[in-house]
Amino acid sequence: MQAQARETYQAVIGLEFHVHLATTTKMFCGCRVTYGEEPNTHTCPVCLGHPGALPVINEKAIELGVMAGLALNCNVAERAEFARKNYFYPDLPKGYQISQFDLPICIGGHLDVPLGDETIRVGITRLHLEEDAAKNVHVGESGRMHGSVGSMVDYNRGGTPLMEIVTEPDIPSPEAARATANHIKEIMRAIGVSEADMEKGQLRCDANVSIRNPDGSFGTKTELKNMNSFRFVERGIAAELARQREILESGGRVEQTTLHYDPNDDEVHELRSKEFAHDYRYFPEPDLLPLELSEAWVSEIKSRLPELPDEMRARFVESYGLSAYDAGVLTADRDLAVFYEKVASEVDPKQAANWISGDLRARLNEAGVGISDSKVTPEHMIELIGLVGSGNISRSAARDVLGTVFASGDAPSAVVEREGLASMGGDALSGIVDGVIAANPDEAERVRGGDKKVIGFLVGQVMKEARGSADGGRVRQLLLEKLGS
Amino acid sequence: MAELLALTAHELAVKVESGEVSAREAAEVANARVEEVEEDVNAFVTVTPEIALERASKVDARDGDRKLWEGVPLVVKDVLSTRGVRTTCGSKMLEDFVPLYDASALRNFGEDLIMVGKANMDEFAMGSSTENSAYGVTRNPWDLARVPGGSSGGSAAAVAAGEGWWALGTDTGGSVRQPAALCGIVGLKPTYGRVSRYGLIAFASSLDQVGPMTRDVRDSALLLQAIAGHDPRDSTSANVQVPDYLSELEDGVSGLRVGVVTELVNGEGIEPGVREVTERIAQGLEDAGAEVGEASLPHSEYALPAYYIIAPAEVSSNLARFDGVRYGLRVPAGGVHEMYRETREAGFGDEAKRRIMLGTYALSSGYYDAYYAQAQKVRTRIIEDFRSAFSRYDVLLSPTSPTVAFGIGAKVDDPLAMYYQDVCSIPANLAGIPAISVPGGLSEVLPVGVQLMSDHFTEPMLLRAARAIEQAADFRFALKP
Ligand SMILES: [Zn+2]
Repeated sequence: MQAQARETYQAVIGLEFHVHLATTTKMFCGCRVTYGEEPNTHTCPVCLGHPGALPVINEKAIELGVMAGLALNCNVAERAEFARKNYFYPDLPKGYQISQFDLPICIGGHLDVPLGDETIRVGITRLHLEEDAAKNVHVGESGRMHGSVGSMVDYNRGGTPLMEIVTEPDIPSPEAARATANHIKEIMRAIGVSEADMEKGQLRCDANVSIRNPDGSFGTKTELKNMNSFRFVERGIAAELARQREILESGGRVEQTTLHYDPNDDEVHELRSKEFAHDYRYFPEPDLLPLELSEAWVSEIKSRLPELPDEMRARFVESYGLSAYDAGVLTADRDLAVFYEKVASEVDPKQAANWISGDLRARLNEAGVGISDSKVTPEHMIELIGLVGSGNISRSAARDVLGTVFASGDAPSAVVEREGLASMGGDALSGIVDGVIAANPDEAERVRGGDKKVIGFLVGQVMKEARGSADGGRVRQLLLEKLGS
Repeated sequence: MAELLALTAHELAVKVESGEVSAREAAEVANARVEEVEEDVNAFVTVTPEIALERASKVDARDGDRKLWEGVPLVVKDVLSTRGVRTTCGSKMLEDFVPLYDASALRNFGEDLIMVGKANMDEFAMGSSTENSAYGVTRNPWDLARVPGGSSGGSAAAVAAGEGWWALGTDTGGSVRQPAALCGIVGLKPTYGRVSRYGLIAFASSLDQVGPMTRDVRDSALLLQAIAGHDPRDSTSANVQVPDYLSELEDGVSGLRVGVVTELVNGEGIEPGVREVTERIAQGLEDAGAEVGEASLPHSEYALPAYYIIAPAEVSSNLARFDGVRYGLRVPAGGVHEMYRETREAGFGDEAKRRIMLGTYALSSGYYDAYYAQAQKVRTRIIEDFRSAFSRYDVLLSPTSPTVAFGIGAKVDDPLAMYYQDVCSIPANLAGIPAISVPGGLSEVLPVGVQLMSDHFTEPMLLRAARAIEQAADFRFALKP
């Protein structure tokens, strides 16, 4: 019974993203957007909410918002409006946040998220712009408000242009949620709308999590706040689903509430229950005129939109003949995709894909760096793949060379020369092959007789003699030539 | 001193310009007059005699390189931010608040604005009597037992008493025009967007507008010239060219179509003396060659209730920033929410609290459609009323306020009677059109203001018609008390 019941527990997940837009200045004033600078050094009467100060819309932010909306296949509104969201908090200098309510800049859209060998389509409910709050700094041991001895506010972040993207509850699993978050990041980076660095707080993710009722209707959802890495998005949602499942299995009811995920104990903790829910008393912001987004302007932006990850993935399959998986892996990271294209323009695209999505990516992951921060250049890869292709070095030697290039940034040819890794060519290899044939007359005879199954054994013997500095393909070819088969 | 005090601002400006009088002399005269009458009138929250003198000397030193208006000391309502000079908004909340910048409306006076002081007002500009100030009641120079009107009562009283030649007020529902009417001076609310709101501490953002309060219409035109203009820092300020407001002032009203607004002249609560003066002025305009007829604003009876939804809704949000965190009053308490509560309890007066509550209620979920959204629909109807009226008339005439100045304390316990003071002035704010109050005569011994309204950005015509009223009226400015 238990097992059967469990199978009917279907997760329903919707995500809410907050994305810092890559503008030079804040949403409604001329202060620079900065990260990690001396607190309260980038403020003015507007972003400090001084009496009489008025907001002026940063047009670049509107443009980036529209760009993001187009990239997510949304409808751009002809007429949008800013609204005030009223609540009290020290990080909110005006006592309200300028946001958007019933007339956001974009509504309705979708993105296709690669998940393993398939893709899932996640609907976009809406996309709107707002200003970020300042940063509360709690003084005390825990660093959280609870248990702190005092609080300070850094208004540098206050007023940073922020885009909120709300998905439909289309996401079936924690893994899919993570993939969706990652895909959002890649899209934002691809179109230059945001660096979307989660560590810097440029991309934040909240989730609405529920378990579908046996009759198919939605269960009570809980809100999971501020999971600050892709891994925590997955783990946090998994932890919350486990909590809900446990409640349901013990015959309880899930209460509507707001939670946050604590990676230290891998559990979710309640922030506030819905009974303290705010009435934000939204109303149109009277200090700003409604936005008129002309069709001409929107199509002009559309024409400037760079290639999206989905389009790029399709093109990689199409023009480089890659598998959907390889194309997905390569295009999931825009920098890596650009790197790949440089390499693939000079060498066999499939070889390039194997090397980059395989060995190179493994090393990047291991070192925890992005391709742009690594010492390996496209020229290095081109050279390395060329050396393997020409038989100058063996595949296994090439792996070692890549390791050295990765660590030192030296050119592959220099590494090969320095470490004497060049494949044995010509006479030396020929001599070893002759020796192996002489030492294994029975096996040689069987190959001559057309039994090719044993050739692998002979190749292995040659490779052993050559101590890895021979290319397997070449050895095999040489053996076949010499045995006249 | 008496000689200079008898001049209008424009006359004084011309004399400073010609070198006959120095700006410093003018500042000295203003300061002396403040010394003389301020104890009785209490028109100011803060007087700035040293600043006036120091800057006047700088203005004198810039002879030849200054605008006409720069030589005349100005009274500034304490709702306009002034760099380095505390700006209280008539509230305990901002008792020690010193702004970092000047309001944009003052920018054409440059660095050397000769400021007599910061004028008293109803707290955060909410009121019609200047009795809602944390800095005491301002008295009407015509009768010190009466109110000067409000919320720009300090500005109006200062001009009527000669504590400076002219003043800036702000008008959200009549706060320039009604006190001007009650103090026997000219008060102009320009078209919404004509004057920047940057640095004007907001009451109701969609209605607020800075306006001149002056001895006569010419002064009004000159001061409007000084404060009008587009400001990129105020998104609601209009990028419309500023015309010369003085050039057609004396062109008369021959052929001008004047509509007397039936609902506002015959409305319930309009004092007979006020109605009489308004009718006399209508006759005077006709005598001067205008075509006078009856006009109707059928939805005007809904203007007051709509206003008392929209304005409190906006102010409930606008006043949220006064939380004790960054500036202004802070009453320390256990936690942050307790601190908010204690600070706002101590910092705001009764009327501010009443409107915050009204507005919070009107915006609450479940009530928004019935109140705020409905009020916005009324606003649209009123705009349509005006559109239709302006298809037949160039200007509309009505009383400014239903009554003359009333006794101090007479309406403090009856907020609705107080709100009714603005019944004639509110429609212009809701529609965003310009409106001016001009003294039309006396009702017994107290001044009556008549109001003219015209279409968006037609201030030159409005001022020309106002000038004609001034000529037709049995009224001449004279210093009080
Ligand atoms: Zn700023």
